[in-house]
Amino acid sequence: MLALLRNQKIRGIIFQLLTVIGLVAFLWYIGANTVANIEQRGIQTGFGFLEGTAGFGIDQSPIPYTEENTHGRVFIVGLLNTMIIAAVGIVFSTIVGLLIGILRLSNNWLIAKLAKAYIDFFRNIPLLLQILFWYNVVLRAMPNPKQSYNFFDTIFINNRGLYFPQPEYNTTFFAILISFAVAFACVFVLNRWANRRKEATGKDFFVLPWGIALFLLFPALAYWIGGAQLHFSFPELRGFNFKGGKVLSPEFLALAFALTIYTATFIAEAVRSGIEAVSHGQKEAAASMGFSPYQSLKLVILPQAIRIAIPPIINQYLNLTKNSSLATAVGYPEIVTVFAGTSLNQVGQAIEIIAMTMLVYLIISLLVSALLNWFNHKMKIKER
Amino acid sequence: MVLSRIAKVSLATVTILGLGVTTLSADTLSEVQKQGFVKCGVDGGLPGFSEVGSDGIYRGIDVDVCRAVAAATLGDAKKVKYVALNAKERLTALQSGEIDMLSRNTTWTETRDTSLGLNFAGVNYYDGQGFMVTKKLGVKSAKELDGASICLQTGTTTELNVADYFRTNKMKYKLVSYDTNDQVVKAYESGRCDVLTSDQSQLYGLRIKLAKPDESIVLPEVISKEPLGPVVRKGDGRWFDIVRWSFYAMLTAEEAGVTSANVDAMLKSDNPDVKRLLGAEGQMGENLGLKKDFAYQIIKQVGNYGESFERTVGQGSPLKIQRGYNALWTNGGLQYAPPFR
Repeated sequence: MLALLRNQKIRGIIFQLLTVIGLVAFLWYIGANTVANIEQRGIQTGFGFLEGTAGFGIDQSPIPYTEENTHGRVFIVGLLNTMIIAAVGIVFSTIVGLLIGILRLSNNWLIAKLAKAYIDFFRNIPLLLQILFWYNVVLRAMPNPKQSYNFFDTIFINNRGLYFPQPEYNTTFFAILISFAVAFACVFVLNRWANRRKEATGKDFFVLPWGIALFLLFPALAYWIGGAQLHFSFPELRGFNFKGGKVLSPEFLALAFALTIYTATFIAEAVRSGIEAVSHGQKEAAASMGFSPYQSLKLVILPQAIRIAIPPIINQYLNLTKNSSLATAVGYPEIVTVFAGTSLNQVGQAIEIIAMTMLVYLIISLLVSALLNWFNHKMKIKER
Repeated sequence: MVLSRIAKVSLATVTILGLGVTTLSADTLSEVQKQGFVKCGVDGGLPGFSEVGSDGIYRGIDVDVCRAVAAATLGDAKKVKYVALNAKERLTALQSGEIDMLSRNTTWTETRDTSLGLNFAGVNYYDGQGFMVTKKLGVKSAKELDGASICLQTGTTTELNVADYFRTNKMKYKLVSYDTNDQVVKAYESGRCDVLTSDQSQLYGLRIKLAKPDESIVLPEVISKEPLGPVVRKGDGRWFDIVRWSFYAMLTAEEAGVTSANVDAMLKSDNPDVKRLLGAEGQMGENLGLKKDFAYQIIKQVGNYGESFERTVGQGSPLKIQRGYNALWTNGGLQYAPPFR
């Protein structure tokens, strides 16, 4: 028996087995305990509540929602709002982060120091404070609806949000939307063709003027084909608030701004580390071949830097998505605020609701990390 | 050697984890007596109901219910540990056993009473929902609020009532909801919304928090019934009885004219009602598993319902709320305790 225990392999198996048994017993104990407590209290269980009427309003929803809809619908609305804020945050923080990251390495002393100051400042202040700060700035600095900042009677800014005209969704509108997509595809194809031609013949082909022409021509054509019926609904002050048009709420703006500013600092650092990781010889080689600084950045440094910077950047995207749950501090109706907050309070089934919310974040994170793995695989240096 | 150490450590770990998740006790009274205090969930930021003073002491009509229960069970009204909860957290905190009782201006509704594993032990304040607006708006009635932006606290019956009210009156509104009353007040003050809605008593309480209370008015409409009261977990009948009758003792004392000032003199009273209340006669305390003088302790240390009301939200407070529905039934109000016998 003792001899068996002395065998390292067997000992390993025994300990693994014990760990698994311990873990299962622990989970089982917690589960049984929870079930017993719930039964003793007569707390309702199950997912029936998802079909129950929610009964409360939600201010911002990308899909039609009224008080008579169900808690299931609240879940969807919250999920969509989470995805909207995450998408907006990711796009803007990438742009800002990339810019700051490159500026941070600028030869200009002032620019480099300013970029560094920005990163050091915003990276080291808790995000929640930043959200509250920007929210209060938006609320305090902006006038009330009657004294809105007015831009040509089409765009209005006040402490209720940013109002702008909204097109009516008719055939013309969709025709134009499609024409943009077509123009985009054409430019893409054109660009590839130009690159190929340059590789084959060395002749330059300037895509830009053609691209601009396509982007002007196609929508104009679509407008005419689609019936020339493009109408906008303009925001207009009636009663207490503006009616018509589209509005971005102060909650959304503050949250998007704070998430962008905060996450951009991390992305900037990832970009910088990526660039600095590219061997200096590469830059010198590019310079000695007569590349301009811009060319050397675009054609030599960035393609190599991206490979290193992408994994940490994607991690920041994940963080941003999860950080969006801090919206609950300012009341932007994303999933934690409306579903794990209001719905939970109205139906009281904490376990089911929190589990669903956790699952949402888990699935988003797993999807993104799958994407990351695929991207990493694609980008890694191909050894032949 | 190494082996036995690993075994010991893992055994200890399992034991600690096991202890960490003990079953919720169904006997809250013994638990309270063992720990030496009542863990009571309150709002903590609502003038008149439960608010921490500059001296760090909690005061309010909800706080008095906690104190009454502490006086009844432990003989000392000060033995309360207050847990400040927002509207979203409160019911979960009670369900999970984080607190022994909840006394946080919580509306008694069918859903909460039946499906959440909770029981309402009584109504310590009859309230109704109202609206507060700035005078500048020139609004005289809630019916004129079509299209307004409304600030409110999330996780309350308030947001359900607002939805119903505007739907019934075919009006539109913009909802802006926050976790705590403080945020709601701040947003209202900064002009994020035109209207602040909450229970009427709270509106008066929140109004005195504003920088310029005179510039806001409370509209006359009351759009809902909001019976507010203490809540306990289901499945512990004795604890439920204790909370309920601690409150009823305060009501009965007011009805019988027993106050914190005269309670000692009243011990010699010949009135059988008073004798039963103060434990000179009958088995009232024993029936609850408490000492004979539990009601005496409540009245002596906390006072009767009328005293508590006037001190916290009534004439003795900045709120100056009239008794209204909260007068005793003998004075045309709704406060009515079953007989102490």
